[in-house]
Amino acid sequence: MRSLKVQGLRLAVAVVVLGGWQLGAQVSDCNTAGHFCVVDKFFWSQPSDIGLKLWTWITEGTDLGPIWDQVLVTMQETVGGFIVGSILGVIFGVALGRSRLLADVMGPYIKAANAIPRVVVGALFAISLGLDIKAKIATAAILVFFVVFFNAFQGVREVDRNLIANARILGARDRQLTTEIIIPSALSWIIASLHTSFGLALVGAVVGELFGATQGLGELIYAAKNNFDAAGVFAGMALLAAIALVAEALITALENRLIRWRPPVVTETRI
Amino acid sequence: MQSAIELRGVTKRFLTPSGGVYTALRDLTMAVGEGEFCAVVGPTGCGKSTTLALISGLEPASEGEVAVFGKPVDGIADGIGYMFQADAVFPWKTVVENVAAGPRYHGVSSRDARDRAREWITRVGLAGFEDRYPYQLSGGMRKRVALAQSLINGPRILLMDEPFSALDVQTRSLMENELLGLWAASSASVVFVTHDLEEAISLSDRVFVITAGPGTVKSNYKVDLPRPRNVAEIRFQPHFIEIYEEIWKDLKDEVLVSYERQKRGAA
Repeated sequence: MRSLKVQGLRLAVAVVVLGGWQLGAQVSDCNTAGHFCVVDKFFWSQPSDIGLKLWTWITEGTDLGPIWDQVLVTMQETVGGFIVGSILGVIFGVALGRSRLLADVMGPYIKAANAIPRVVVGALFAISLGLDIKAKIATAAILVFFVVFFNAFQGVREVDRNLIANARILGARDRQLTTEIIIPSALSWIIASLHTSFGLALVGAVVGELFGATQGLGELIYAAKNNFDAAGVFAGMALLAAIALVAEALITALENRLIRWRPPVVTETRI
Repeated sequence: MQSAIELRGVTKRFLTPSGGVYTALRDLTMAVGEGEFCAVVGPTGCGKSTTLALISGLEPASEGEVAVFGKPVDGIADGIGYMFQADAVFPWKTVVENVAAGPRYHGVSSRDARDRAREWITRVGLAGFEDRYPYQLSGGMRKRVALAQSLINGPRILLMDEPFSALDVQTRSLMENELLGLWAASSASVVFVTHDLEEAISLSDRVFVITAGPGTVKSNYKVDLPRPRNVAEIRFQPHFIEIYEEIWKDLKDEVLVSYERQKRGAA
């Protein structure tokens, strides 16, 4: 019953926003000076044109080739960067969280590196790694790395001292402490960071494509921008949003599987 | 009789976060015999828990000697069980995985460890709950898991830090009776820290009274009540009340000192 209400309201929001947009664009006449103009179709396009654009891409393909190839290329870059960045983030986060010395030595460098707007290293990767998938994976990975790293680090630091003491009394050695106590305990932090970092991986992949690419959704958006094709830009964005939503659902499923031991939340707060 | 545990002139100081030095224990001397059940009572903040940390090897003493079965303590030794005040069962492990942790850390195969864990789970009355996660259990049940987790390693020394303080009165005396039963079947020496004098007397052979911090042993009393005991009923015996009054005279002063300090600290 409640879920029906939520679904209905969700639909209503979409209708109001998209309908308002469409209506605004329809009633506007921005080419003649002095006429009523709220939404200029040339700059802001309109939902029907965006839908049409998507339909054309699907049925006839894009200037860069079939649309699914573009989606696939961007997906590969994103997922690749996401996996590489997460794994490195977890490894470094756990290592620095476990070793005081390492954390003290590396701390300032990591903070400094984190302060740089990291998307610009995408330019560097485009030069050093070339225009193929490697540069995009690297850009996405570096964005993901820091988010996962800081969460893993904090997660390791926050492990309940009592649990560590208990495990040591029961006979756990260092390696067992790490795999059986520290990592499971830090896992809720790490997984929470995966939600944000997948979005960042997508940003990294798309920005990487802007720095030079022959395929992918970012390149498609870039090409549309060069043609003053606002509908193309929006259509590309819609596809990116769809990818992000699917990934979010997959990560939530992974979370529920890995953190079965956590009591279910009483009130649903997640969107 | 050889002492299972001996602390001689032990002092423990901690560095506070603000850089000061906090003395938790000062010149503490006590001995626990083999197979003896000892209780340690004292006002809050007198260093009772610190004593256990020193015996277990989790913390080194700043001064003095700590010896277990005649050997000086140097890091965590085998043969020690420790029940913490807070919940220390692993939330991401099921009941059987929690109990099997100890043997597995000692190199027992996963299958054998689980078999042994199942036996202990039955022994502490949790049969049927093997595959639950701790959040699905009540506070008393989690304590049973912790008890099985500590006892499965067959400890010769069992350290307990107010293990039942968070339980309601009925669950608590049930757990106390079960603890006595399990202890009688083993030959472990127990150090049971509590702030509850009634609990201390009804469980133990000997009660140590610790002064308000920095803690040191003020006195120790032999509890010569017959065993087996029923914790829920023993407190009505005249001899129990005699012992209680005697120890309380000692403990009361320390509790007052500690209370005055807290009041001043808060003001």
